Amino acid sequence: MPVMAVKVAASRLIGAASGRAGHSGTTLPGRLVLAADKRIIGRISRKYSRGTVIVSATNGKTTTSAMIASIFRKKGLRVARNREGANLEAGVASAVLGDASMNGRPGSEIGLFEVDEAALPGVAWQCSPRIMLLMNLFRDQLDRYGELEHIAGLWRAALRSLPEKTQTVLNADDPMVAGMASVRPEQTVFYGIEAADGGEMQHASDSKYCSNCGAALRYEAVFVGHLGKYHCPACGNTRPSPTVQARDVRLGGMAGSSFTLVAPGGHMEMEIRLPGLYNVYNALAAAAACTALGLDLRTISEGLAGFSAAFGRVEKLSIEGKAVMLLLVKNPVGFNEVVRTLMIEPGRKTLLLALNDHIADGRDISWIWDVDMEALAPAVAAAVTSGTRAWEMAMRLKYAGVEPERIEAVTDLGRALERALELTGTEETLFVLPTYTAMLSLRQEIHQHFSTDRELGDLVWK
Amino acid sequence: MEVKLRIAHLYPDLLNIYADRGNIIALRRRCAWRGIDVAVDGFTLGEEPAWRDYDFFYLSGGQDREQNLVCSDLQQKGAGLKAAVDSGAVLLSICGGYQLLGEYYRAADGGTMEGVGLFQASTIAGRDRCIGNVVIETEVTGTPLKLAGFENHAGRTWLDEGQRPLGRVLTGHGNNDQDGGEGIVYRNAIGTYLHGPLLPKNTAFTDYLLRLALEHRYGEGVELAPLDDTLEEAARQAALGLGG
Repeated sequence: MPVMAVKVAASRLIGAASGRAGHSGTTLPGRLVLAADKRIIGRISRKYSRGTVIVSATNGKTTTSAMIASIFRKKGLRVARNREGANLEAGVASAVLGDASMNGRPGSEIGLFEVDEAALPGVAWQCSPRIMLLMNLFRDQLDRYGELEHIAGLWRAALRSLPEKTQTVLNADDPMVAGMASVRPEQTVFYGIEAADGGEMQHASDSKYCSNCGAALRYEAVFVGHLGKYHCPACGNTRPSPTVQARDVRLGGMAGSSFTLVAPGGHMEMEIRLPGLYNVYNALAAAAACTALGLDLRTISEGLAGFSAAFGRVEKLSIEGKAVMLLLVKNPVGFNEVVRTLMIEPGRKTLLLALNDHIADGRDISWIWDVDMEALAPAVAAAVTSGTRAWEMAMRLKYAGVEPERIEAVTDLGRALERALELTGTEETLFVLPTYTAMLSLRQEIHQHFSTDRELGDLVWK
Repeated sequence: MEVKLRIAHLYPDLLNIYADRGNIIALRRRCAWRGIDVAVDGFTLGEEPAWRDYDFFYLSGGQDREQNLVCSDLQQKGAGLKAAVDSGAVLLSICGGYQLLGEYYRAADGGTMEGVGLFQASTIAGRDRCIGNVVIETEVTGTPLKLAGFENHAGRTWLDEGQRPLGRVLTGHGNNDQDGGEGIVYRNAIGTYLHGPLLPKNTAFTDYLLRLALEHRYGEGVELAPLDDTLEEAARQAALGLGG
């Protein structure tokens, strides 16, 4: 016991010092304490009176966690959360420690941790979570993790390590994720979208094969990437029928969407202020996790309605008097959904596409060739490309069918933003699509060099 | 006369990792911009192309499960593909596709997958993956040319005695991280580990392959109309400057 007190105290001191130095203090204390005590996450998080919720996915884990947190706040729950971008073991350890008192007693009632796909086995067994929410597996940055099968294997290992009491909440519409129910069928809840059709299968689709027998799946409906209604013609494996459903989904373009949430406890209208079907999936996943925790539908509805956007995912602001919408793009499926949402808005668009190739973006930028940029091409009025790989993005647009006269590559992000604003008409909106580190740099640029109608939230990493 | 080019894309549904469909996009566009009528036909498991009808064959890489499915099916197609290559057709194979066209692939657990044997080379799984930006210098087009790409492979490929690599590694790992060679050339068939995708930004190499494919159909002496490659060249130059 005294040993732990010393560790907690040391980590607080280190966190404070690194914060003052202006560097990210987000994971440093966690790393140091983990080096001394491998089980620190478990020791503290097991004391949360309402348990722990773990969220993992390729796409949507930050937004979904933020939605769940918004619902928890409506319920008046005190939540311990890790910061987005700090979702490895050390980031979770830092969050747990930051919330705890000197003698290791948690300040919050419930833990809510988004965990990186590959880090899930290392974190899951320690937390013995009450809810494990697994949403989707898409191709992300292949140079970081290798192949999807490998991640799926890690997730199954993580599920096997969980105690009896953990409820797994799985996306029925993702064949690879739904297939994981076989690890612990008794404790699984499924969620999914109930609709006749969502559109065509995109090039970036991954999990098109039966997780049972390897045969090609047949889809009756495709919603996002490979998420949809499917069955295996060879072995009869079929999409499990979800107990938590989104029905009657209505997409209202950039303004947001609504749907009817159907759950074992009844049904209720949900409104979200985020665009696109992918955010309906995020809201549905958040709702499924919360119903599994026993929260009522009214609280869920209010929590979702009160939620605007997670850091950099979808932000609207005015820069130098022009309307700007910031939409993070980090992998083909997410980018495709942004494209699809943009195409709901009428008219040609002015775009700023910022492609970096730092480690957090993925060093391999070839994924932009898997994005259905061809669908966007006819709607491009002007496109400024920027970031460390500005020219590659410019070339991608050209090969998608955008006339080269409409494309300008400006490597420097600040100058690119300036140019893109110039090209944007007074009544128009500039759509800014950055990869992760480009988004962080752009926020700094906006903060330091541009006049805005409001402060961007969480502008600098704390 | 209308100029035509027919491309056979092998296993587009299975071998489609690392955005290598960008290579097909580049081939299509660069033909269309020149008024060349291009057709790309996909052939998956159990489907056999009429080999003589095609001037360009394309085979990319996939995830392990998909490559295992392709491996046995490719044995059926091996003879047809070899005959097409021996008649002068162009073949571009990337990463997993390159490995499957060699003699064998030996996995980490010692299990061996038989290849097609079109390339006299064999691949042995390494302990760690070769990942990163890669720049090679090739003389396959007749003049020294730098190609930029991105590699991501666990296999180490060794060429048999006397076989010719596509190029020499300037930065990155290449075939096996040891002998400095990258890829292989056999007649107009090329194997390489360069993703990126390879063809959009390495236009001199792309046009070289297109010319060979058109000559397969129309005989020697084909000249391609020049294109404005300002963007492509800037992208290549940017990529050439990246460390491994």
